Amino acid sequence: MGFLSYLISGISLGSVYAIIALGYTMVYGIAKMLNFAHGDVIMIGSYVVFCAVSVMGMPPGIGILIAVVVCTVLGVVIERIAYKPLRGTSPLAVLITAIGVSYFLQNAALLIFGAGAKSFTSVVNIPALKLAGGALSISGETMVTIGACIVIVIALSCFVKFTKSGRAMLAVSEDRQAAQLMGINVNGTIALTFAIGSALAAIAGVLLCSAYPNLTPYTGSMPGIKAFTAAVFGGIGSIPGAMIGGILLGVIENLSKAYISTQLSDAIVFAVLIVVLLVKPTGILGKKVSEKV
Amino acid sequence: MKKAVSMFLALALMAASLTACGSNENGGNNQQSAGTEGEAGETFFIGGIGPETGENSIYGLAVRNGAQIAVDEINEAGGINGYQIAYDFQDDEGDAEKAINAYNTLKDWGMQMLMGAVTTTPSVAVADKTAEDGMLQITPSGSSLDCVKNDNVFQVCFTDPNQGIESAKYVGEAGLAQKVAVIYNSQDSYSSGIAEAFIAEAENQPFEVVVSEAFTNDTKTDFTVQLQKARDAGADMVFLPIYYQEASLILQQADSMGYDPLFCGGDGMDGILGVDNFDTSLAEGMILLTPFIADAEDELTQNFVTEYQERYDEVPNQFAADAYDAIYIFKAAIEQANVTPDMSVEEIGTALKAAMTEITVDGLTGEGMTWEAGGTVNKTPRAVKIVDGAYQEM
Repeated sequence: MGFLSYLISGISLGSVYAIIALGYTMVYGIAKMLNFAHGDVIMIGSYVVFCAVSVMGMPPGIGILIAVVVCTVLGVVIERIAYKPLRGTSPLAVLITAIGVSYFLQNAALLIFGAGAKSFTSVVNIPALKLAGGALSISGETMVTIGACIVIVIALSCFVKFTKSGRAMLAVSEDRQAAQLMGINVNGTIALTFAIGSALAAIAGVLLCSAYPNLTPYTGSMPGIKAFTAAVFGGIGSIPGAMIGGILLGVIENLSKAYISTQLSDAIVFAVLIVVLLVKPTGILGKKVSEKV
Repeated sequence: MKKAVSMFLALALMAASLTACGSNENGGNNQQSAGTEGEAGETFFIGGIGPETGENSIYGLAVRNGAQIAVDEINEAGGINGYQIAYDFQDDEGDAEKAINAYNTLKDWGMQMLMGAVTTTPSVAVADKTAEDGMLQITPSGSSLDCVKNDNVFQVCFTDPNQGIESAKYVGEAGLAQKVAVIYNSQDSYSSGIAEAFIAEAENQPFEVVVSEAFTNDTKTDFTVQLQKARDAGADMVFLPIYYQEASLILQQADSMGYDPLFCGGDGMDGILGVDNFDTSLAEGMILLTPFIADAEDELTQNFVTEYQERYDEVPNQFAADAYDAIYIFKAAIEQANVTPDMSVEEIGTALKAAMTEITVDGLTGEGMTWEAGGTVNKTPRAVKIVDGAYQEM
């Protein structure tokens, strides 16, 4: 029974990583850049929900909606101001800018909300599921997180496959110049990608803080880095890959905590990552791309 | 386009440097209005270092503010032996390198004594500089033994091993538990220092440590595995020598698991009732072994808490109290050694170092505090229990 409960809490943690990883993987796949500020957009989203629900007393649904809108706008604005002017320059410049945006958001939150931790009220009202006479308890947050992750992955995959804008994204990720020649609005498509990625960040923030209700200006940074790892693990650029990578990362982390050592869990997670990348350098579901000469 | 970008960056840089100047000026003005700006030779220059920004800023800001209150009180009452105190505080962001920069800035300003740093790593880094310069350093809250390895550094707070030993003794003597689980942060020297000493001392006590589980700064969101292990081992008490942010998560996760042992924490737990929106009923019955309680009835504490609330609009934590005491410790040492501001940093340092082992200070964080030549403080912790969302002395 112990194993099952470790496994379930691992899947729950992994689902949060997976939703964050989706944001990383989409932006990387289409804009070919690592948006290191993604974790901090999550933090901003969580603060928005906290203010709306816990401070102003709005219903959770509306709070989440506001957070999604704020994060979407924030994502597009960041892209427009910080990343778009650098498109076409060295990828390193964009990377450094992204790190700069990340610090900017953290310190802005520190100024506005202060350093003290805020306790986030869970937006999930589903009672915990008790199995096997109470020995195995699955919290409402866990069920909602796992459910949300599956729904988002399916919805995103359908969006990319079956809609015009989705196919435009695929085209831009395959070959930006060719897509432009075919009449696709590359800048618009990239902005859309940032909008979707940031909206997902808002949802990830709500789920993260509902499951682990401690909100500080640095809440987003560590899960952000773990999720980035998950995206690489699953094959960066691949939507199902992000989900598989995220969940595997969460499960490995929790099982190694349970059976090997709480202290070494991260070392084990990253050792597995290294082994996977040695065997499959593009990640579990990554496509093999032959270099054009 | 590129030109526009570089123009924008240049402008941003300019703006940044201008605001930096602005804030410096503001700092200076504030000091003047607080009456802490002074002439060399006529004034004692006390510098402070700690994180005003970054993850540990809650501690650094508390130290800065707590010390400011003490400085203002002393200056209003006529200073130390008639000399006023000038006080300046520099940000280290909890980082060793930045602490050294802050130290150099303060040296240029004319610092003669150092209160800081707030967290352990920067304290250790700065301690080598103060030893070189022969300056007296009092760290309000750097609790590791490494902080006091040089003989010019003294602590206001407990050392970690002492706190671990005292806690284990208290748990044993009060008969709080039979089986104890310890959950600590292995990446944090404060937390692991207490945990190690607690576990070692438990050998001599009538209880057993059944589970000792760690987490790191990178894995401090999910504690269900550690709690599950504690429950499986039948622990009736969980000892948490950690800071309150993580502890608030642990309490929430234990509650959602339906696990309800007795929780016990050290001084890092102070602040748990102040977490915004935290359901304080989860902390009900928790025991804290801490030197300072804002709810204590004595006049000294009451005055300090009222003044702090008036100025900064929040209840002071233990760090603020440690810093307040640190300034009064400087005062006691200066009076004992009878030094004057026109002496050199090294002369002052040598005289004060000798005086530190001779003085006895009654402060917010302990009555009759005395110091060993090694720099550690002698005082006893108070045990408080959380009852109805407030601390109650046991």
